[in-house]
Amino acid sequence: MKSTSANAGAPASHADAWTFRTPRARLALWFGWLALVALFVYCWRVMNADTMWVFVADAPRQAADLGSRMWPPSLTYLPELLAPLWDTLNIATLGTVGGVIMAVPVAFLAARNTTPSRLWVRPVALWVIVTSRSINSLIWALLLVAVLGPGLLAGVVAIALRSIGFVGKLLYEAIEETDARQVEAISATGASAAQRLDYAIVPQVMPAFWAIALFRWDINIRESTILGLVGAGGIGLKLQASINVLAWPQVATILLVILATVLVSEWVSARVRQAIM
Amino acid sequence: MNEATPAYPTHWRRPARMLHDRRWRWLVQASVLAYLVLALGSFDVEWARVMEGLSRAQRFAHGFLQPDFTSRWSDIRQGLIESLTMTLTATVVGVAISVPIGIGAARNLVSAWIYRCCRAIIAVSRSLQEIIVAIFLVAMFGFGPLAGFATLSFASIGFIAKLLADDIEEADPRQVEAIRATGAGWWQVLHYAIQPQVMPRLIGLSLYRLDINFRESAVIGIVGAGGIGATLNTAIDRYEYGSAGAILLIVIAIVMVAEYGSSYLRRFLQ
Repeated sequence: MKSTSANAGAPASHADAWTFRTPRARLALWFGWLALVALFVYCWRVMNADTMWVFVADAPRQAADLGSRMWPPSLTYLPELLAPLWDTLNIATLGTVGGVIMAVPVAFLAARNTTPSRLWVRPVALWVIVTSRSINSLIWALLLVAVLGPGLLAGVVAIALRSIGFVGKLLYEAIEETDARQVEAISATGASAAQRLDYAIVPQVMPAFWAIALFRWDINIRESTILGLVGAGGIGLKLQASINVLAWPQVATILLVILATVLVSEWVSARVRQAIM
Repeated sequence: MNEATPAYPTHWRRPARMLHDRRWRWLVQASVLAYLVLALGSFDVEWARVMEGLSRAQRFAHGFLQPDFTSRWSDIRQGLIESLTMTLTATVVGVAISVPIGIGAARNLVSAWIYRCCRAIIAVSRSLQEIIVAIFLVAMFGFGPLAGFATLSFASIGFIAKLLADDIEEADPRQVEAIRATGAGWWQVLHYAIQPQVMPRLIGLSLYRLDINFRESAVIGIVGAGGIGATLNTAIDRYEYGSAGAILLIVIAIVMVAEYGSSYLRRFLQ
């Protein structure tokens, strides 16, 4: 009780015991937690209004059942997965290349120090980045399969469109962080705007550019493994087909292949980024 | 004396920026070219189908420009409520589980075997795709937002626990030492030395994860885990591009609001 009488503004009357927080901070913290818990409980109730708890209670048995069906993975299915795996790698790689090609101009238009017009061009470029980022590649694929038909092309375009936002955002931040003195030094030699870009800005963002592109490639490998679920080609198609016919040992094999691919791509991109940086 | 001056080069050639050895450069260029030829060769595009699709693309663009919010509004509303509640509950539970795992995965606080266990949990959670987890959880829990909630909670663990653990490992050791010098136990070190240092970052990460979870909640509905993704999938399957456009615009708007809101909140809290 002593500490409540202590006033932060008056150093003359100090508390007998040291406390971690002022009483007001403690009260605010307590109400913050109360509000969070109340919100959580409310959301939980709304969310589970239609939940069938019978199914949920059954979940451990279902899991055990599924596990027993999946084990052992069917290794004879492995050779059939090589072609879809190659397709998946192509979707990720070509999608990354396409996305990067589109993202570079957007990034230069969005960066404060290279944009031709802060008032008109920059907001448009930022809007492109936000739109691309807020739609997941699976949704892009869903739309593009409807437009382009099922197949690799839809997957590549979906990955490319999703990559624009990611690469564009990180790249324009890197461009904005470049050293202005180097730009000034190059312009002092009488360089034109294009030369300034080529000799002062591009060399500075080059390492960041390669790191971002590789990082995105790594993410794209992950994402392209599941694009087949909506018909956009690759190993996801096999996954969807196997799930549809309840061939669980095949599903287990596919998951193992996906896991291995993801781990290998992560390792490769980390090693190459290390070598570049 | 004048004759002895070496001939200075009159032209400057820009040195190579990436690979300094010419042979390496050749090898890399040739292999990139070979890959592109091979990759593009394994591609067969049905141009007739693409042409046919272009009219659909036009209808789609039309749907975007004239979004139809009204005719499927009750479905959209239901999907949004599911998505938003799922996002919040999953983030809260995900953070609550991540904190102990994150502390356990910080090398400077725990013994080696706890560290390895927690890092293994993080690695498992990070390497499994949300969609794949969702497929299994839907099979276990049945269709609906509960499966989505479980998926997002699981995915949040890998993200938050890893970044929290890295942040704890980078915390200033001098503060830890100072608190330890007062005779504090493990819990007191955690409370008085570590927690004040990592709290702003943890709050920032949680808000960021809230944002990611909402975005993901729009996707996992495609495999039956509830949320706005299910509504979107249905709208596209029914060729109702007006409704699909409306849903996508709502998702983009909420993501933008969340992004600006969370960056504002983070700045306010730090």
